[in-house]
Amino acid sequence: MSVQEIEKTATLEHTGDGHHHGDGILGEQFETLEQQNNAYLIGMWAFIVQEVLFFGAIFTSYAIYRYKYVLEFTLAHHELNVWFGSLNTFVLLLSSYTMARAVRAAMQNRHKKQAIYLFLTFLLAGEFMLNKYFEYGAKFEHHLFPGGDYSAHEVVKHAKEKGELRIVEENGREFYELGKTRDGQFIAFKRVTPEEFEQRTRLFFGFYFIMTGLHGLHVLVGMIVIAILIGRAWIDHLKNKPIADYMPVEMTGLYWHLVDIVWIFLFPLLYLIGR
Amino acid sequence: MWNFPLVPPTASEEGAAISILYWVITALAVIFGSIVLFGAIYLAVRYRADNNAVDRSNAVDTDMRMELAWTIVPLVLALVMFAWAAKLYADIYAPREGYYEVFVIGKQWMWHCQHPNGVRENNMLTLPAGRLVKVTLISQDVIHAFSIPAFRVKRDAVPGRYNAMYFTPTKPGEYHLFCTEYCGTKHSEMIGKVIVLPEEEFQAWLEKGGRGLATATTSMDGNAAAGGGTLTLAQQGEQTFKALGCNACHLNPNSAVKVPDITKTWGSDIPLADGRTVKGDEAYIRESILNPGAKIHKGYQNLMPPYQGQVSEEQLVQLIAYIKSLADSRTGGN
Amino acid sequence: MATATYTGTEKPNYLNWKTSVASWLFTYDHKRLGILYLISISIFFFIGALAAMFIRLELMTPKGDLLTSDVYNKMFTTHGVIMIFLFLIPSIPAVFGNFLLPLMIGARDVAFPRLNLLSWYFFITGGILVLIALFRGGIDTGWTFYTPYSSSFAKGEVSLAIVGIFLAGFSSIFTGINFLVTIHKMRAPGMTWFRLPLFVWAMYATSLLQVLGTPVVAITLLLVAVERTFRIGIFDPNLGGDPILFQHLFWFYSHPAVYIMILPAMGVISEVISAFSKRRVFGYHFVAFSSLAIAIIGFLVWGHHMFSTGQSIYAGIVFSFLTWLVAVPSAIKIFNWMATIWKGRVHWDTPMLYALGFMGLFVIGGLTGLHLAAMATNVHLTDTYFVVAHFHYVMVGGAIMGYLAALHFWWPKMTGRMYPEGWGKLAAMLVFVGFNLTFFPQFILGYMGMPRRYHSYPEEWAVLNVLSTAGSSVLGFGYLLPVIYLTWSLKYGKVVTERNPWGARGLEWELVDPVPDPHNFERTPIVTRPAYDYAHPEEPTGFIPKPRPVVVGGKDG
Repeated sequence: MSVQEIEKTATLEHTGDGHHHGDGILGEQFETLEQQNNAYLIGMWAFIVQEVLFFGAIFTSYAIYRYKYVLEFTLAHHELNVWFGSLNTFVLLLSSYTMARAVRAAMQNRHKKQAIYLFLTFLLAGEFMLNKYFEYGAKFEHHLFPGGDYSAHEVVKHAKEKGELRIVEENGREFYELGKTRDGQFIAFKRVTPEEFEQRTRLFFGFYFIMTGLHGLHVLVGMIVIAILIGRAWIDHLKNKPIADYMPVEMTGLYWHLVDIVWIFLFPLLYLIGR
Repeated sequence: MWNFPLVPPTASEEGAAISILYWVITALAVIFGSIVLFGAIYLAVRYRADNNAVDRSNAVDTDMRMELAWTIVPLVLALVMFAWAAKLYADIYAPREGYYEVFVIGKQWMWHCQHPNGVRENNMLTLPAGRLVKVTLISQDVIHAFSIPAFRVKRDAVPGRYNAMYFTPTKPGEYHLFCTEYCGTKHSEMIGKVIVLPEEEFQAWLEKGGRGLATATTSMDGNAAAGGGTLTLAQQGEQTFKALGCNACHLNPNSAVKVPDITKTWGSDIPLADGRTVKGDEAYIRESILNPGAKIHKGYQNLMPPYQGQVSEEQLVQLIAYIKSLADSRTGGN
Repeated sequence: MATATYTGTEKPNYLNWKTSVASWLFTYDHKRLGILYLISISIFFFIGALAAMFIRLELMTPKGDLLTSDVYNKMFTTHGVIMIFLFLIPSIPAVFGNFLLPLMIGARDVAFPRLNLLSWYFFITGGILVLIALFRGGIDTGWTFYTPYSSSFAKGEVSLAIVGIFLAGFSSIFTGINFLVTIHKMRAPGMTWFRLPLFVWAMYATSLLQVLGTPVVAITLLLVAVERTFRIGIFDPNLGGDPILFQHLFWFYSHPAVYIMILPAMGVISEVISAFSKRRVFGYHFVAFSSLAIAIIGFLVWGHHMFSTGQSIYAGIVFSFLTWLVAVPSAIKIFNWMATIWKGRVHWDTPMLYALGFMGLFVIGGLTGLHLAAMATNVHLTDTYFVVAHFHYVMVGGAIMGYLAALHFWWPKMTGRMYPEGWGKLAAMLVFVGFNLTFFPQFILGYMGMPRRYHSYPEEWAVLNVLSTAGSSVLGFGYLLPVIYLTWSLKYGKVVTERNPWGARGLEWELVDPVPDPHNFERTPIVTRPAYDYAHPEEPTGFIPKPRPVVVGGKDG
């Protein structure tokens, strides 16, 4: 039977004794498998919508401050490693592909294939987190984590090298001039005190760690769920289960694509614009 | 014991207008509230279950005309009241001209009020009756709010930006002043008085240097201004201007740097390097002292050092008064 | 095995078919979860009410002489945080939404029963963390957590309380998702959208608000906690931040939040007025759509909390206009409810008393909202006791009266017992009188300028404050009575033998038994009649039993 036929006809009888049947797939509260699957899909989409609002609020705050402090934010974001970022983008996109293959395999009840693709997704997600570990590690080393020992030193150094920052002294006080070097000439757009520069670059990294941190947390949660799904798929394979419920995989797939899309927004907004 | 007030005094022009609006809305509320309250009770009594003497035939459960009626009537009333209130609000809070300006700085947990002629008051604000007053507010720490119920006006004192409120006191007297934005432990004690004096008495009071606090020869943070006697806010500003070294570049014919002419700043339209035009008001001046690079005057370079962290709110208020006085003396106006 | 006829002896129902503690704490049954929420929010209510008692005791005298400033500030913060996040927001949705929604639409449970259980655990965990924060010294930021006070100045357990609220927020979101999917996908055959009880429409609109609004306040409060811990500078101007940004983000949720609190109560009122007038709700479609209108417009008015912050006049005008607009759907409901009573057969039982009380008090609250929607008067009244009175009229005179109406109306269905009607009426009247005495003087105090969150005030306002405190003791007593007699009724109340003691309409009243079976319906109902079908006599079973084939893997028959 095709998936569609199964969905349309699998039903449940009320025996009235409080016990219901259905191979454990169909929940007691549902009438048909189609109803159950649709319910899970709508539920997952509703969850995704609220995630969009969650991330949306902080994206909006980031946008507001980027507009306000565009020069400082641009200089700070040069510290982000575009190669790692691009690699992570590629890795996540690939993982979305393997996830989609896993969902399809689940729909076809090809459990071994399902398990393998889920496992590949897990590995790719792990790679993402590994890259994150290196990236974050480098940030901590360079005192760019906005904690007690934050220092804008690295940002200043690199900005100077690129001719985008110049230190001037006036009346015994030090100021940073932020601008561009064109034809060997430094053109200043803005002048700030070192304290202001530190505050504002710190704010950038605050947003960087909060946004990528929350995203990374979502990746981790996804990895845990995928690990569970791998186990279940493998057991289904070993037991030669003819029909298993593919909805958990589909729902996890939806979640995973959301995680991917959030990154697709994060990467340009944090790593790319202004480069 | 029974001699307690039920309405606040009305002591400003704006307050009088707001009062009228308030009582009209209240009247509407009483009318509609009564219709609903007494109507519902009347219906529930009339149609109680054991009353069979009443006609229950043709008990329809839908009637488009009624729906339209009780949608459109409230809607129209709502739009009228909205428009009236919005216009009144805009008239009161949009920038106005011809005012007597006071600067008020809120901090945990007191109000510092500064008159242009240098008189300072803590938790008290003495004002002339019959003249438009502008209060420019800012906070030094958390958000506070400056509220004078008798005038029906209130504005938040926000750290980092100026907020302005305008009102015209009408009746001499003493009125409550409250902080109405929760600001920590002594929020309830951040209260004071607004004292309205008839114009001549007010002038006399100003000339006598105000009662209570000594007049300013030193500013709040202890930096002594040169010279003694009674200084106006603008005069204090001039001293601060020199103390901070502003006169190295500004108002200095021998300046090494090309700088905008600050005698022209106050009240004019300032063209910016990025093409925008902004008003040369208090907020612009304050920002251009703290962070000059935010709005570069067209035709000039971004060379002025930022004074963020170098200058207190009180000094900023003095500098603004001084720069305003430069424009006033130029035009000869008030 | 459950049979169809009630024998008068203890019959297995959802309450007694399993009685172990584990069967309650790990239940997937939406009805049991409703009861679990009922117990937990009642506990939170009384803690919040205790804080209110201290507030009113302090305010009995003009001087701040009962509590120190810090303790008083913690009292009103405690009162606000608990009453809003741990009582009002869950109240009707978590108790009655959970209990009734599947029954009203003809389903055996909600779409995601396990998620439902998880929601309750998120709620309890969050609530406990908030209580721990309070016991460890408390917070004094106000429930509104305005920055930079909360992010840079306040001492105390702010971050812990925020984590608690954050977790309770998950409960709200998951409940919202559950209800949205349940209403979309679990309606019995024949239960079309426009045959749904209006309570379901109200829950649908509420769920939209919960799902779309809560994540925003979640991230906002998280940012405050992060700023406190790492001193980052999102909201503190001294660190380069903008305190007004916090207010925009906060009110973006917290205004829709008030509609989360009132829409379910309005849904209850539709049910109660209809049942106690024995008439279909007048203008069904208008009432249904007005719930949606309130939810949608409610997302666009948050700036009316910020007229005095110095936001642009144009922004203020837009927010004010939309705020006046959002009043209209509420007015539509009120007039439709009055028309429902017209030509009905009105029974003055306790639920109806609460519903009539709701109409009077909610209307006063809503009409005083107009003073606040109007920009010019708003500035004078904001942050005064006028606002305190306004929101207590709508949240207590409105939402809590709706909650009490629901509690009494569905008590026989939930417990199989009837409450003592005389005491019910007495409590309702005490609540109504006590409430007005407590809060009406506050309108006057507010217009005179008495600021909120003050523990001392000018002498001349003493009499009105004393009146208010006196009223609050009557109100408190009025709230205690139901706790006593409802609990009493569980053991000694009259046993309900009919499945529809009120003669109402709705699938929950058409069940075979007075108290629902664990799985609600023996057979899925097939709905053929409109909602509130008082025009026709009650049908003993409103549905046609239909045996259904068992198919798993393709067999039929």
